[in-house]
Amino acid sequence: MKLELRGITKRFGAMVANDKVSLVVQPGEIHCLLGENGAGKSTLMNVLYGLYQADEGEILLDDKVQKFAGPGQAMAAGIGMVHQHFMLIPVFTVAENVILGHEPTKFGGVLDLKKARDKVRELSTRFGFDIDPDAVVGELPVGVQQRVEIIKALISDAKVLVFDEPTAVLTPQETDELMVIMKQLRDAGHAIVFITHKLREVKEVADRITVLRLGKVVGEAKPTDTAEQLASMMVGRAVDLDVNKGAAKLGKKAFVIDGLNAWNEAGTQVLFDVSLEVHEGEILVIAGVQGNGQTELTEVILGAHARTSGSVSLDGKNLLGKSIKQILDLGLGFVPEDRTQDGLVSEFTIAENLILDRSDRKPFAKGASIQPKVVREFAQEKLKQYDIRAQSIDSTAKQLSGGNQQKVVLARELSRDLRLLVASQPTRGLDVGSIEFVHDQIISARDSGIPVVIVATELDEATQLGDRIAVMYRGKVVGVVPADTSRVVLGQMMAGVA
Amino acid sequence: MKKNRIVREILNTSASTTFFAVLASFIVGGVLIAIANQDVQAAIGYFFNKPGDTFAALWNAVSGAYAAMFRGAIYNYNAHDFANGISPITDTLAFATPITLAGLGLAVAFRSGLFNIGANGQIIFGAMLSGWVAIYVHAPIYVLFPLAVLAGLIGGAIWGGLVGLLKATTGANEVIVTIMFNYIAVYLLGYLLKTPVLKAPESINPVSLPVQNDAKFPLLFGSDYRLHAGFFVMLAAVAFVWWLLNRSTIGYQFRALGHNPDAAKVAGINIGMTYILVMAISGALSGLAGASQILGTERVLTTGVAASYGIDAITVALLGRSKPLGVLAAGILFGALRAGAVTMQANQNVPSEIVLVVQSLIVLFIAAPPLVRAMFRLPKAVKA
Repeated sequence: MKLELRGITKRFGAMVANDKVSLVVQPGEIHCLLGENGAGKSTLMNVLYGLYQADEGEILLDDKVQKFAGPGQAMAAGIGMVHQHFMLIPVFTVAENVILGHEPTKFGGVLDLKKARDKVRELSTRFGFDIDPDAVVGELPVGVQQRVEIIKALISDAKVLVFDEPTAVLTPQETDELMVIMKQLRDAGHAIVFITHKLREVKEVADRITVLRLGKVVGEAKPTDTAEQLASMMVGRAVDLDVNKGAAKLGKKAFVIDGLNAWNEAGTQVLFDVSLEVHEGEILVIAGVQGNGQTELTEVILGAHARTSGSVSLDGKNLLGKSIKQILDLGLGFVPEDRTQDGLVSEFTIAENLILDRSDRKPFAKGASIQPKVVREFAQEKLKQYDIRAQSIDSTAKQLSGGNQQKVVLARELSRDLRLLVASQPTRGLDVGSIEFVHDQIISARDSGIPVVIVATELDEATQLGDRIAVMYRGKVVGVVPADTSRVVLGQMMAGVA
Repeated sequence: MKKNRIVREILNTSASTTFFAVLASFIVGGVLIAIANQDVQAAIGYFFNKPGDTFAALWNAVSGAYAAMFRGAIYNYNAHDFANGISPITDTLAFATPITLAGLGLAVAFRSGLFNIGANGQIIFGAMLSGWVAIYVHAPIYVLFPLAVLAGLIGGAIWGGLVGLLKATTGANEVIVTIMFNYIAVYLLGYLLKTPVLKAPESINPVSLPVQNDAKFPLLFGSDYRLHAGFFVMLAAVAFVWWLLNRSTIGYQFRALGHNPDAAKVAGINIGMTYILVMAISGALSGLAGASQILGTERVLTTGVAASYGIDAITVALLGRSKPLGVLAAGILFGALRAGAVTMQANQNVPSEIVLVVQSLIVLFIAAPPLVRAMFRLPKAVKA
């Protein structure tokens, strides 16, 4: 089935999320929708899926104009969506999940699961999904759960399949497998829309590429274009995708984790015998698929995790058992994984957020009173130094874009006397321009001679930024390898097979 | 912290919504006054013969009631002379003193993300400790008076701080704990007033001895007026809370905790200590309200020493959006309602309970901004 979007415009108040966007997707082709966060990709797909109504423009399937009041109508017309966050019920089996919403019944309203099972088996064999219809979804690996989502779309006879940032949660291997599946679906005659901001994936599977920027189509690109060309179209200016860093000048071994175990509040062990060493002037990247103990490890370093054994020491001083404040005072700079949750007070102004860790210290406080003048001067200085784009230092954190929020966090953490920098997924959700900036800041922190620990879930970031890479799997460090280790090897380590 | 989202939303209410919520409450109050009025009921009986009578009766009932309220709360234009004429406004300010003090206490807690609804217990504890000092400690006035006020402050701080301690050490929910602490305080006071600890020796009723003259808040305009020096303590508390929340380092940490406890924790702020400090300061301000009651107005401990101020304080803190000047304005409004209700009942036969209905409606309307916006066709609040 051929999908055509013609002049779609969608406004939210004064903001134009989609501005006369036109797009044609032919059956048997993978059409990539490439753009940065906030470029309007998701809005466009929500219009297509009937979640939003377009202010102008029309949706055509096989040249017939369609009107979707909701996802139900879009699905009935043959549009299937594989969401970034799975819409599955974990305690149901695969078969029960895929029939949800259009349950086949036998005489007397009895659920006909057998039909569903057969259908799952048939689709599974046809596309090589390798899925047991009776498996409980919650017990399946993430990559397999995603295939259940795909089956769910196929079983309702979708001819147009939309994949919304499908690789965010996958290991490199699972990503490769998904690419294969997408190609098979294309060859079977489906029209596929693939939404992403990852250039490598685009170049691998796309037949055609449409680039969105600030809600507008800026043009089509070819899969043969270089990553730099694609990125420039996305951002609207020339970009340098390589991380420019010189060789590491190693100092003494400053940060040492030895035989660390940790348990969560429920008493389940989350870290197993973790041992790591970081030298001054070195970046150690902790790589791994999200949820393999990286978050807990950074929490232990920060002092936010109570049940631990083993040792964590910085400059020969033990950190375990110390309070967060004591550890920060020893020189830890901490960039949390979720900046809006743990890094910023959204309702506070930029100026207030910049002193969150030192509100009761000189020069920001004199006695029991905060010195507004000093705080404001400090904020003005950091606004300039870190190129934070905001109306003023009195803008609240929630008014800022993700990139600028992260700059505020970095400005605060890097303006103390640091002895160690720990940053969790420091570029998550940031645009290309901000990523460059954040990487430069991290590298200059390294070059100033402090040990740096970065948690990365994307292999590209891990290999480009790291001097060495430690891979974590299920709470253990699988191995520590040089940064030029191949993707294949790293991927196997991340999947726990090596 | 999601559970306190509604409180945070209320605190973010725009000034115009607050104004219209108050206005709407008075309108609904007017409707209730009108339908309960005898003349209106009589006139409605022959509405189709002479509709004018009904409208005249409606107008008389509502305007009469609210005019009486004005005379009782602001200025009595029917009085013989100016001195009697201004008596109502001093009554209003006297009522406003404990309400505002307790409201400020709750405002500190609300801004810190803690839904302290234990002002009642904290007022009672302040009043008990303050009253005990004022009755039984014998000392020169320059020791006794400050000591009695301080005792109120400390009593409230202990009763509030304990809640903070429980929350910090056991994770207990402060809403449940403060409700229970209110009961404990109420019945502990009742118990002690029946034992020699507080009961006047020759009395058969649960009443204490009167406080010593030296421990009283001096009356500001002589014995014909209720307004006492506690009013200035309240004004000082307004200034203190402004400084605390807007300029002090601990106030900054309080607000950080209130908006995002996770970020506050990661930034090295000691969450447990901050809970205790918030609740102690919050309780101390309510304790001062208790001291103002016992040393300024009641002058003798009874089970009714806290009146309904602990509940009014919640409304006042929400209505004032937990900002010091807002709480002061709301406190004065509630003082006026309380003072006016008496005159309204005496002059117009409108039961004073209607004032409680109006007070409750104010909270209801503030808690439902879309309703108020729809009623007055206000534009939807733009999200920052």
